[in-house]
Amino acid sequence: MTDTTGYSPPHEHLVVVGNGMAGHRLVTALMARPDRPPRITVIGEEATTAYNRILLSPWLAGEIDRDSLDLPAPATHGLHWHLGEQVTGIDRTARTLWTDQGTRLEYDRLVLATGARPTLPDMPGIGLGNIGGFRTLEDSHWLMQRTAGQRAVVVGGGLLGLEAAEGLRKRGVEVTLLQRSDRLMNRQLDVVAASWLKDTLTQRGLTVETGAQLARCEGNADGQVCAVVLADGRRLATDCVIIAAGITPNTELGRLAGLDVNKGICVDGHLTTRDPAIHALGECAEVAGTTVGLVEPIWEQVETLADVLCGHATPAHVPMPSATRLKVAGIDLYSFGAADPAPGVESMTYADPGNGDYRRLLIADDRLVGAVLYGDTTDGPALFRLAQAGTALGAARETLIFGAADATHPLQEVA
Amino acid sequence: MSDARAVHPPSVHNAAPCQAATTCPYCGVGCGVSATLEQGRITAVAGDTTHPANQGRLCVKGSALHETLGHSGRLLHPRVDGAITSWDDALDQVAARLSATRSTHGNHAVAAYLSGQLLTEDYYVANKLFKGFLGTPHVDTNSRLCMASAVAAYKRAFGADAVPCCYDDLEEAELVVLVGSNLAWNHPVLYQRLKTARSRNPLMRIVVIDPRVTDSCDIADLYLGIAPGSDARLFNGLLAFMHRTGRMDQVYLDRHAEGLEEALAAACEADVTLDAIAADCDIDPERLETFYYWFTSQLHVVTLYSQGINQSSSGTDKCQAIINCHLAGGRIGLPGAGPFSITGQPNAMGGREVGGLANQLAAHMDYHTPQALERVTRFWQTGTLVPTLPDGPGLKAVALFEAIERGEVQAVWIMATNPVVSLPDADRVKRILAACPLVIVSDCMANAEVLDVADIILPATGWSEKDGTVTNSERCISRQRGLTEPPGEARHDWWIMTEVARRLGFAQAFDYDHPATIFAEHARLSGLDNDPGAAGWRVFDISGLASLTRDEYDALAPIQWPVNARAPAGTARLFTDGHFPTPSGRARLMPVRPCGPQQALNATYALRLNTGRVRDQWHTMTRTARSARLMNHRAEPFVDLHPEDAEAHGIKDRQLVELTGICGRFRGRARIARAQRRGEVFVPMHWNEAFSGRARANALLAPYVDPISGQPESKHGAVNVRPLTHGREATLMVTTELAEDLQPVRDCAYWARIPMCHAVRWQLAEDSDMAERDWLAWIEDTLPGPLSQWSVDDARGRLRASSLQDGRLNWWLMVGPPDTLPSPLWLDALFGEASSEGISMAVRRRILAGRDSDARDDGPIICSCHQVGQYAIQAAIRDGDHSIEALGARLACGTQCGSCQPELKALLEEERDHVRL
Repeated sequence: MTDTTGYSPPHEHLVVVGNGMAGHRLVTALMARPDRPPRITVIGEEATTAYNRILLSPWLAGEIDRDSLDLPAPATHGLHWHLGEQVTGIDRTARTLWTDQGTRLEYDRLVLATGARPTLPDMPGIGLGNIGGFRTLEDSHWLMQRTAGQRAVVVGGGLLGLEAAEGLRKRGVEVTLLQRSDRLMNRQLDVVAASWLKDTLTQRGLTVETGAQLARCEGNADGQVCAVVLADGRRLATDCVIIAAGITPNTELGRLAGLDVNKGICVDGHLTTRDPAIHALGECAEVAGTTVGLVEPIWEQVETLADVLCGHATPAHVPMPSATRLKVAGIDLYSFGAADPAPGVESMTYADPGNGDYRRLLIADDRLVGAVLYGDTTDGPALFRLAQAGTALGAARETLIFGAADATHPLQEVA
Repeated sequence: MSDARAVHPPSVHNAAPCQAATTCPYCGVGCGVSATLEQGRITAVAGDTTHPANQGRLCVKGSALHETLGHSGRLLHPRVDGAITSWDDALDQVAARLSATRSTHGNHAVAAYLSGQLLTEDYYVANKLFKGFLGTPHVDTNSRLCMASAVAAYKRAFGADAVPCCYDDLEEAELVVLVGSNLAWNHPVLYQRLKTARSRNPLMRIVVIDPRVTDSCDIADLYLGIAPGSDARLFNGLLAFMHRTGRMDQVYLDRHAEGLEEALAAACEADVTLDAIAADCDIDPERLETFYYWFTSQLHVVTLYSQGINQSSSGTDKCQAIINCHLAGGRIGLPGAGPFSITGQPNAMGGREVGGLANQLAAHMDYHTPQALERVTRFWQTGTLVPTLPDGPGLKAVALFEAIERGEVQAVWIMATNPVVSLPDADRVKRILAACPLVIVSDCMANAEVLDVADIILPATGWSEKDGTVTNSERCISRQRGLTEPPGEARHDWWIMTEVARRLGFAQAFDYDHPATIFAEHARLSGLDNDPGAAGWRVFDISGLASLTRDEYDALAPIQWPVNARAPAGTARLFTDGHFPTPSGRARLMPVRPCGPQQALNATYALRLNTGRVRDQWHTMTRTARSARLMNHRAEPFVDLHPEDAEAHGIKDRQLVELTGICGRFRGRARIARAQRRGEVFVPMHWNEAFSGRARANALLAPYVDPISGQPESKHGAVNVRPLTHGREATLMVTTELAEDLQPVRDCAYWARIPMCHAVRWQLAEDSDMAERDWLAWIEDTLPGPLSQWSVDDARGRLRASSLQDGRLNWWLMVGPPDTLPSPLWLDALFGEASSEGISMAVRRRILAGRDSDARDDGPIICSCHQVGQYAIQAAIRDGDHSIEALGARLACGTQCGSCQPELKALLEEERDHVRL
């Protein structure tokens, strides 16, 4: 795909499809710019105003109240809302779209920020009742109906699965977590950190099954799930199943419009599709072959796209490696880079089990390329910056693992 | 039996803090120390402002004296054949076994090996007991290793073992020549006096003659980096130059000296042109001429020499070559003039005063001195008790141990010295003593290696407990006072020998109840038949002190001998009238024919080995290693070598290396030093098996001695060097309490034990790669306490681990390349943290880092007094402190004892060069 210049004339109508975190952030960013498109319409599938999806976990765990989820509403001047509507058709030639509510809109520019949905495994019984994901307010309401003593199976040992499992456990639910990999958070944590995490969660009352592959779900007479069966034949009785094993970008509109779609809707460095009038943003977009599911790179996309939509020449967005900072079950985790080092990458570890403190650094060619911090993550951002800068470590390597400050004040060597 | 503890002054028991004057036990300067006593303990020390030697100054070792006390590590009980026993039994055993040896093998099968650490009173009793009553001449001392050559030369030239100069002469001289003496490190207070004098007198010049560029060069106007052993050639050349340029003092020679012609002829046997001498000494001819010119153009010249001259197979001649020049120029007997031998030990001179060397009899009388045998027999009344007084000189140190090896000597009593470390071919000495039928050792420290080969061990008192007198290098007798209670059952050496003498039936001759009575007897003997001009005149005469009451003895102020009716207030300078105690009354110039070291270099052993002291240690470290701050200057045994030699042998700075000599091996850390001449290496003589596995300098030296003085050739070994390890090393620190029961690493190819304040640190290395060891298994097998933290860097072969228990650090281990060891001081402090909360979370991960995140690594300690490290000093220099004064104002370094000032200056110059580059 050839890159666009990023220039677009003003005085046009911008339509943003999606009122999730990406769409909301984009609109908020535009409203702060005087040279924004004069007319902006937002179409959102959910009927509610935009909310912070990241906070669903603490809400489920009972740590915050519902109001804390709401994202601040942007200034409304020149802004038009179509909430609870789903786009059903796009005519790129006529630059027109339709919704399931019969709305017909002409656009000069169109932004697709349709997000993603849980990836549901293709297996018998997946359509039974009380099987769902954990992404939306609606999902959360469903989970909050679980009461103490009920049983739940959470499928997926990544961040979302762990948060759902912990949230439910805190509500008194007996939770079994199924992780297909041999360790939790296998994309972020190394073996040691993952096993420490598993031990801690187990001590807190969660049942964690790693290397567990789901074979099918079994239902009762009411069509509700009542058990899951694993590939090894084990059968676990349950009252609900939460699927948190990856996400699938919502690319249907892209296909509908005849755009290039791979994993996500393909865009260039200016978040522009093959059609210069259409952009894609956030989890539904695929930039340089990569889709993202974390907030930080999406915020960077928003800044680039906002410039483009205001007619500013702007450097192309380059997907940057990002760091994961999480708090799971009260344990701080921070990681970036590969979880499993490639050949030739050197690994340094530090462990203080009595203090719940672990870290591993990956070093290639005397440069920091990855880190896992478990317990105390305060050095995480500094280490990430060090990796981003590509600084040669030299003597600082010796003590870097004991504190990021050592990288900026390396050992003085005898001259 | 009388109790040795009864001799202490009553002030010991005073509860209120009080000051007491005593004398430092380290080097030959003999500084006065003012000790603060609280509750029977010495809590602080300061220089005694009234003592003439130091006038209030103290060096870093002296300043740390109170840190080296305490009962841990002391010998507390007598032992016979390994078992603790009572004093009565031990003394009975000593007496019985000595008697048995004498009756079976004869009197000459018994020997004593003494020490310059003994007080004069101890020395006197030992000499009297062995020579006078056990009937053996084999009484020698470790002073033999230190300045026997200087003694032999003085006796040959002056007819007496008499240092003509005093310390004030260093301040009054116009030219001071330091030869074979690193005064800055080994006699720091004298160095400070000299430095101050030079700063006050712009006309004063200082010449340093030494193969190494030492810290003493800091004040040198001229430095001659001569080839090792070429000193006699240099001074013979000076004599010839004086003759050639008409600079001799013919009047003095005519009136007061003899032997010039023979001495001059011997000097002129070689080519005495400046170029020829400069070539032989490997120095620049112009510098040589400058030195000769300065020497001949100044009247007030002091040549100060020490072990660099003495420890040679021709040491007596080297001293003589110096004395020849002083006599030829009349540069003696004047203020600020004379050949001045500085001794290494605090009481080397006191030992000689009583006759405690094998070639002496008593009180500066030798066996061959006319009427001496008769006089001493009469005085000791030994004829009535034992009919045999020995008839000739005994065996000198090296020869004594050879006689033990041959079985000629069957019993030896070793007091206050560690010959298995300090004698050349030290490994052999250890084997010899192990095979000797009876080895009795009196010592105060439990870690002296000689104890390993002892049959009977007697716990002796140490500094601050011992009570008596010492004589420093300027003939000044000072009181070393008993201020604290001895630990356990430790007893004074004189008391121990007196008790043995009683058991042998000599009670009447050893009826001593206090050191004062011993001193009075010694003083009387010195004055017996001793008149100037008459036959039998000895310069050493302290008869003026023979009638001191005990109170007067206790209060004795420092005084220089001779002290007699003609000089009741003592004598600062000798031979001021040009009259010498030789048969002719004249001083003797002697012919000197320079000869090189006996230990020859060859293809296998191509490097010249020099040995010596470091600034902050003393002898075999039994005392100084108890002060953590004294360990920080040089924590490990080391080898100084020239950069080009290092490169040629593939050695990097701080790498571990092994020296091999014909007799043994030495392992230590390489220090690449431009101060070394090419082809020469330097090692410290302090380390021994209590502190490192193979780091005894004397194991490298062949036992060649000077034929006259019997002093070993300790400065001229022949060695080879090779890198010892290429891989990882380990640093282990363990709390002092846990370390007592821990012998973690004696099987390592290299180990060094470094006592710190709260922990003991070991440096460990293997020939093979340390990283190959299964360290986690080793930790489990070897170290106490849980494994609490660890970090691993496999690519670098590095591991760090620690053990924490109840909030305190048990141990800390690091395995890895040696080049980035953290400074251990921060960790040492952490080992000492004993708060109830224990170590804070913020600090916890820093434990393995080995330093605080904000704390700088200060680097090797330069200023021991104020514990200031090299990096901190370098940073201050870069920050604009461009003088020693500025550094002192900011960091306090160099402001107390001043002995680090040469190193500060070197750092200033280094940084200056750095900026220029």
